[in-house]
Amino acid sequence: MSTTEGKEKNTVSPPNPLLTTPTTLIGSGHDGTVRDQFRAWIQRIRGGEMGMLPALGGFLVLVILFSVLSPFFLSPINLANLLTQTAALAMLAIALTFVILLAEIDLSAGVTGGVGMASWILLVNKVHVPWGLALLIAFAIGAVIGSFIGYFVAKVGIPSFVVTLGLFLGFQGLNLVLLGDGGLYRVETPEVLAIMSNNLQGWQGWVLAAIIIMITFFTGLYDRRRRQKVGVAVRPFPLLLAKTAAWAAFALIAVGLLNQNRSTSIIQISGVPIVVPLAIAVLWVGTVVLDRTRFGLHLYAVGGNPEAARRAGINVARVRIAAFMICSTLAVMSGLFSASQTGTIEPTAGKDIVLQGVAAAVVGGVSLFGGRGKIIQAAVGALVISSITNGLGLLGLPAGITFLVTGGVLVLAATVDAVSRRRSGSSSLARG
Amino acid sequence: MTAPIIQLTDIRKSFGPVEVLKGVTMDLVPGRVSALVGDNGAGKSTLIKGLSGAQPYDTGNVVIDGVKTTLSSPRDAAHHGIEVVYQDLALAENLDIVQNMFLGRESTHNGMVDGAEMELQASSTLASLSVRTIKSVRQKVSSLSGGQRQTVAIARAVLQKARVVILDEPTAALGVAQTEQVLQLVRRLADAGVAVLIVSHNLADVFKVADHINVLYLGSMVASLETTETNYNDVIGYITGIKTQEVSA
Repeated sequence: MSTTEGKEKNTVSPPNPLLTTPTTLIGSGHDGTVRDQFRAWIQRIRGGEMGMLPALGGFLVLVILFSVLSPFFLSPINLANLLTQTAALAMLAIALTFVILLAEIDLSAGVTGGVGMASWILLVNKVHVPWGLALLIAFAIGAVIGSFIGYFVAKVGIPSFVVTLGLFLGFQGLNLVLLGDGGLYRVETPEVLAIMSNNLQGWQGWVLAAIIIMITFFTGLYDRRRRQKVGVAVRPFPLLLAKTAAWAAFALIAVGLLNQNRSTSIIQISGVPIVVPLAIAVLWVGTVVLDRTRFGLHLYAVGGNPEAARRAGINVARVRIAAFMICSTLAVMSGLFSASQTGTIEPTAGKDIVLQGVAAAVVGGVSLFGGRGKIIQAAVGALVISSITNGLGLLGLPAGITFLVTGGVLVLAATVDAVSRRRSGSSSLARG
Repeated sequence: MTAPIIQLTDIRKSFGPVEVLKGVTMDLVPGRVSALVGDNGAGKSTLIKGLSGAQPYDTGNVVIDGVKTTLSSPRDAAHHGIEVVYQDLALAENLDIVQNMFLGRESTHNGMVDGAEMELQASSTLASLSVRTIKSVRQKVSSLSGGQRQTVAIARAVLQKARVVILDEPTAALGVAQTEQVLQLVRRLADAGVAVLIVSHNLADVFKVADHINVLYLGSMVASLETTETNYNDVIGYITGIKTQEVSA
């Protein structure tokens, strides 16, 4: 029913003239020469957007330090060891990043991995389910646990610290119930053991390197083409070449080192451990999800300002639940890596690793305040932490020192995070 | 005079026994800046929340483009081209300008977020608003000043093809120069044919930018005045309840 009489109806929405006015565009950070780009980058770093720079720098410092102190550190066998030692931790740190980005925490991630693998071994040993199917079920159990946590955090409104602390305690009990007190199962599935103990053949390693290089180059090229087609500024082409070259150098050197014989006996051991391509695949998929999908963007938005996200029409609860589901599922993946490395599944699995996982993410530059950080940073953080353990171990220092140093590095990283946050806040005031 | 986009008549809203809006009448006209003033507790926020769909009115007529409508959710309001820029702006500081302007309504290309297209639209929207103080649309919002943030929030509304933009205290936290910038932006918005409603305590700003002033006093619209036909003291009189004027629809 219309209440207006004699007034003309104006139901056709007029085109917004603002959007049709021809004007020059505002910069986007993609414009300008290589030199401008470099200068803008320096400015961003000084403004507190350091990204993975501190972690990468720290890692390089550690590598140089340890390789000077111990000639053994950079040997192929130790590098392979370092990678396999890092894998489970890195996977857990990646898993945790999804919830840390929301300024949440999952203390139960480690033992969730334990529950997943306990279910897996029981399915394989007692029910005789094929190992692959059992693994899928284990991941599904992880996802269900994650949705459970997410429900209590997002819908019921309990702080994630409390919910997951409860599960941390509860799941240790569940693992005891499942596996029996002191029950220790040996993993006998060769495919699972192979993840850590077997290696790619030499040529497969080079193919892996080639894939990494091509993905870097062609994603860059694709983005460039898309921007050109739409008609916005693109970065100078040499920058893409430089980026590709950096990745190429890293990949080729790593594969080259790992392809050398690292055995001390007559039987040759060489090649990239199978866990490496697995971890890289997860890393790549996770990065694409976070950087390029609406879900990823919404995850950052909810982490940065949940109220803004809610008002923008984002289903905040759904994003939270999804993040916990991803975290718990990847935690089972981390549990799988651990089981493959130790060759055993025990009730206490995953109890100690979770805080290290949080530490790895923070050391990598993922902010506990939420909304800042990438999963590759978590992986680099894990590398930093395990190289400390590995390097100090090589030097023959007692475990106490390792813990002290790791703790110090964590506090240092958290300080860098807090200071850079303050700086990025204060620079806005200064510009006023 | 151009036909109003929105006509509110006899709007009422109560919270329990408390009657917050007691039959309010207001028009919003394209190309004009209307101001909504009133003391704390006069019902300004309640009136805006009803328009934004966040908190529907109890009774009364909401006529949009000559058709009686109900605004029962923010989605309804957005559908009619009503965008509210709240005082706290609701921007995610960790995201850049483009991402904030498209938050929740990202365009995609092959299933992935289409950064290039969004960047182009965000950039041309800001440029069409003659925004000159922003260097790069890929800056994080945390690096922006208060005025620039306000600009981004307004530009977001423009980008959604808003026909009605409601600004809640847009200049409350800003310095002199930034206030000036934002007021100019408000003016340009109206000149481009948008119906603007500005809620403010700052009468100097209101007189500078508004074409029309609506005064709420304890839930009633006590005055609806052309800016050119009134003055500071009158408006203060209405706000404080010393003066009253019967407003006819």
